Parts: sequence; C-alpha cells; structure tokens
Amino acid sequence: MQHSASLFPRGISPSRRILSAAGWTIAGSCLLVLSVMMVWILAVVFVRGVGALNLSLFTTVTQGTGGGLLNAIEGTFVLSAGALLLSVPLGVASGIYVSEYRFSRWAGVISFLADVLVGVPSIVVGYFGYVALVEWGGWNFSVAAGAIALAIICLPYICRTTELALRQVSNDLRDAAYSLGATDRRVILGVCLPAALPTILTGVLLALAVSVGETAPLLYTAGWSNYMWDGHLTHSPIGYLTYAIWTFINEPFASANALAYAAAFLVTAFVLVINILARFVLERRAAR
Amino acid sequence: MKFKVWLGIVAGILPLVLVAIVLFLALYSWPAMHFNGPGFVVRDVWNLGNLYADPITVHGTQIQPGASYGILFLIVGTLSSTLIALLLAVPVGVGAAIFLAEAVPDHLRIWISFFVELLMAIPSVVFGLWGYVVVIPFLGRHLFPLLARTIGAVIPFFAGPTGSGYGLLTAGVVLSLMIVPIIAATLRDALVNQPTSMREAALALGATRFEALWRVTLPGARKTLIGATFLALGRALGETMAVLMVSGNALNYLPHNLYDPISTMAAFIVSQLDSALQDPTGLAVRSLAEIALVLSIISILVNAMARLILVVWGNVQRTMAV
Repeated sequence: MQHSASLFPRGISPSRRILSAAGWTIAGSCLLVLSVMMVWILAVVFVRGVGALNLSLFTTVTQGTGGGLLNAIEGTFVLSAGALLLSVPLGVASGIYVSEYRFSRWAGVISFLADVLVGVPSIVVGYFGYVALVEWGGWNFSVAAGAIALAIICLPYICRTTELALRQVSNDLRDAAYSLGATDRRVILGVCLPAALPTILTGVLLALAVSVGETAPLLYTAGWSNYMWDGHLTHSPIGYLTYAIWTFINEPFASANALAYAAAFLVTAFVLVINILARFVLERRAAR
Repeated sequence: MKFKVWLGIVAGILPLVLVAIVLFLALYSWPAMHFNGPGFVVRDVWNLGNLYADPITVHGTQIQPGASYGILFLIVGTLSSTLIALLLAVPVGVGAAIFLAEAVPDHLRIWISFFVELLMAIPSVVFGLWGYVVVIPFLGRHLFPLLARTIGAVIPFFAGPTGSGYGLLTAGVVLSLMIVPIIAATLRDALVNQPTSMREAALALGATRFEALWRVTLPGARKTLIGATFLALGRALGETMAVLMVSGNALNYLPHNLYDPISTMAAFIVSQLDSALQDPTGLAVRSLAEIALVLSIISILVNAMARLILVVWGNVQRTMAV
C-alpha cells in the first residue's frame, strides 16, 4: 500500500523531522547491506566458479585432488531423483489430506508437525540416517541411505506447498463438483489437483533445489566416491557436488580449490535458476 | 470415506518420520546416556579415552580407560554464536522489512524482496565457502584488530588476541546472514498486510509516515516478529556446514573473547564422527547420537514454539518461503 504522504515531511518540528529522516536512512541502509552481501556472495561464487569451469569437469571423474566432477554431478542427480521419487508421492498425499480435510484433528497434527520437521536440523536427519540405515540397517554408505535422508528433508516442503496450492483452489469449484454427485476422490483427484498442479510442481522444483544444495544429511549416509555410480542401491557410496565444495576448498592445492569453486558455481546456478523460474510461475498465477 | 482413510494413513508417514528420528536416536544413544548421566550437559570435556588400551567396564558399560563425554563447550558455542547472529539479524531484518514495506514502490517491491530473500535459497555450504574464502581473511585482518583496539579497550570480551579470523564472531556474522531473510520476509508480509485504516488514522492525526509506522504499524506486527525470531533461532541453532567451515572447530575450549574458536552441536557431529569411529566400544558414536538427540529436541521445541506463536497467537498466513 503506497501513500501520497512524503517520506520526508516538511512543516513539522525539527526534532521530528530529523527522527523521521534518520529512521528511513537506517532502514534503507539495512536493506542496502543485505543487497550488498547478496551481490558479494554471488560475485565470489560466479567469478571464481566461471574461472574454474572447463570441459573436462563434465567428462572426467575426480582423481585425488584434481580431475573432473562427472561422478559428483551424476551423484547429485541420482540422489535428488531418488529423494523426489520417495518424497513427492508421500508429500503430495499428505498435502492433499491436510488441505482437503483441514477440519479433521489429524490434518491439524500433520500440518503442525510438517512445519516442525522443516525445522529439524539437516545434520540430525543425516545422523539418523547413519544410525538407522547405515549402521542398524547394514546398508553402509549408499545411494539408498542418502536418498532417504534427502527425502526426509524434502517431504515437509512438498507437503506444505501442496497444501497451500490446494487452498488457493476456489471452493466454488469443489461445490460445483460435489453438486454434480462426485465423490471425495473424484473432486480431489479430478478437479482440485489438476487446478493446483502448476503450483504443486513449482513446490516440487523448489524441493529439488533444496535437495541439490544439501550437504549435512549426505555426509554420513551417501559417503563419497571418486567413481561413477555402479548401479547398486546399497553398499556402494556415491559422490555429490556439495561434498566437493566442502572438502576441496580445504585442500592446499589449486586444482582442488578449482573443483570446489566449479562445484559451488554449478550448485548455486542450479538453485538460483529454479528459484527464479518458480518465482515467475507463482507471480503469474497470483496475478490471475 | 475409504479414500479419506487411506489418504490419512499415507499422510501419517510424516509424523512417523519425526517420531522415528527421536526414537532411533534415543535408543541408539541409550548406553551413552546411561554412562554420561545428566552431567553430559555441564561437563567441559570430550575425551575418547586411551584407544590403545583394552576396554574396561564401568557401571555395566564398556568404555576405553579414561573416556569421558561432556558438551558444555558445545552448548556455550551454539548459544553464543546463535545469540550474536540474532543480535545482528533482528535489527537488520526489521530495518529491511520496514524499508521494503513502506518506502519501496509496489512494482519494485516484489523484485527487490525476491533478490534479498534469495539469500534463503543459497545452500549452507556455499555460505561456508564464501565465509572461508573472503569473510575470514577480511574480518581477521581488518575488522577484528580494529574492534579489539576500539571497543576492546572498554569491554574485555572485545579485546584481543584476535586470532586468524576463524571463531565465534565470524560464525555469528555468517549465521546472521543466513537467518536475516527469514525475519525480513515474514515481517515485510505482516507490515504490508496490516489494515490501512489504523495507519491512515495516525497520518490524519498529523503523524509523519515514520511515526505512523513506528508507533502503529510495527507494534501491530510484533507477534509476527517474535514468531519469525523463533524461526530464525531454530535455523541458527541447527546450522551445520557454514558454521563448520568458519568456526575454528574448537574442542574442549570455552571462548574467552569474541574471536576465539568455537564449535556448535551440529558442526561437532560432522567434525567428530570419523574420530569417534575409532572407539572400539562404540560409545563415542553413541555419545554423538546423544548430541543429535539433544539438538533435535531443542529444535523441535523451538520450532513448535515458533509455529504456535505465528499461527495460533499471531494468526499469520503461512507462505511457501518460510
């Protein structure tokens, strides 16, 4: 809501005028600080990352402190795909229940706990994966353990975006469908879900961005591997990009640091593109 | 009816996951809890014992001789870095939210907000990289010596030695940047959605726009601010990778000044698992699980509190972002 009144009014006592001017200046500089930080982070990642890019990154695997990132790129995709495969059906089903049966107590419980689960630190999820899957389940460091840990991170996001997407669907649509004699199932799956689908897919994309950027849940579930994935779900570790960022920036070799910068660039660029795309979709749907 | 029941059962997996996390960590760390006792949270020592000796049995638990586990230094490190992060992030977040909601024109607001809130989407490990590569040298060489010379002359906690740049204040600064968009985004929404009538009444009474904001609009959004601060608190307490890369990973050490190395519960779990696996009795790994359990319970409580404040008390609409 904009006002016609000026930010810096005249015709009032000097002390009030100074106070107002100081208030806006301080508030504006807070925003400026944030913007500068954002630009600074992006500049570091993009300038150093682009400088470290070359074709062999995408064609060779990591060797010691050098080589390429092909194994990590593949691993990130495998792990994220696995995580989405598990979390999308569960998350969308939960979101549907929470939205469409919102007056039941169970829906309230799930909605509340989804918000709580979002806040559980990712390292806790990772350590749970280590204890439950790697140790107790005997899977060792593996794709399955990593993907399940990531799926736990994604699940509450997808549940919430599905819920919010369905809540935007007009009740008139539901009433019309019910008055034609449709059952709950027909109304939800045949009418509400298609109407909300673009927003739900946007939420899934955002969850993908989160899973690509996660490190802590994977350190002790997926492990790390210098080789391409051998196709086994358990008992074989796998590489991923965020691990490369963390490990290779601490190495004293320029070749290792270059890998870290390149990995950071790839991850950040991917996450940003998804977020920008998602924002355009959401803005367009909100504007309608 | 049947559809609803099936859907309800599938949706029940989500709460089940939360219960499973706490239950598994509790069961796994049970021998450690038994051995460590309640003193776990007040002892300032993390010692695996003599790993070359044969394990001995104390109170029915197999341990390496001399093993003792306490996490006081981690609790102090976690709370102090979080406190610094909040002290920096709340004012900056409020300022940014005010300016975005009141001073930026409508058509620019969504894009500037979006740009600033993209900070939320940047992965933790990328913050860590940035902190490691540019923030540590910058703070360690320029800002910390300056702080120690000026404020440090008055307040001992700010006095040197300033170290290399890894440490409490660096962790706090990086953390603050990660949580500030939570506060800015949530509060901005609340300010924009405040009823216009109150603001217009204040303006009609002769208040300036800043006075109307400061006395009327901002107090109207205080529940949102408190809830968002709790959300930010929860995020800062559990943040792992960025803290791991800039905190200096202190072991058994309490910070004496702002620049001393620290470690947090979350970062410690990552940095210590490899060495904990050397303990043949497995007690070290179980004690790490006890840390994870403590951390999960704290963050569940903080986040539950945040949601109660926002949804029940403040009646705030939930959004996709936060």
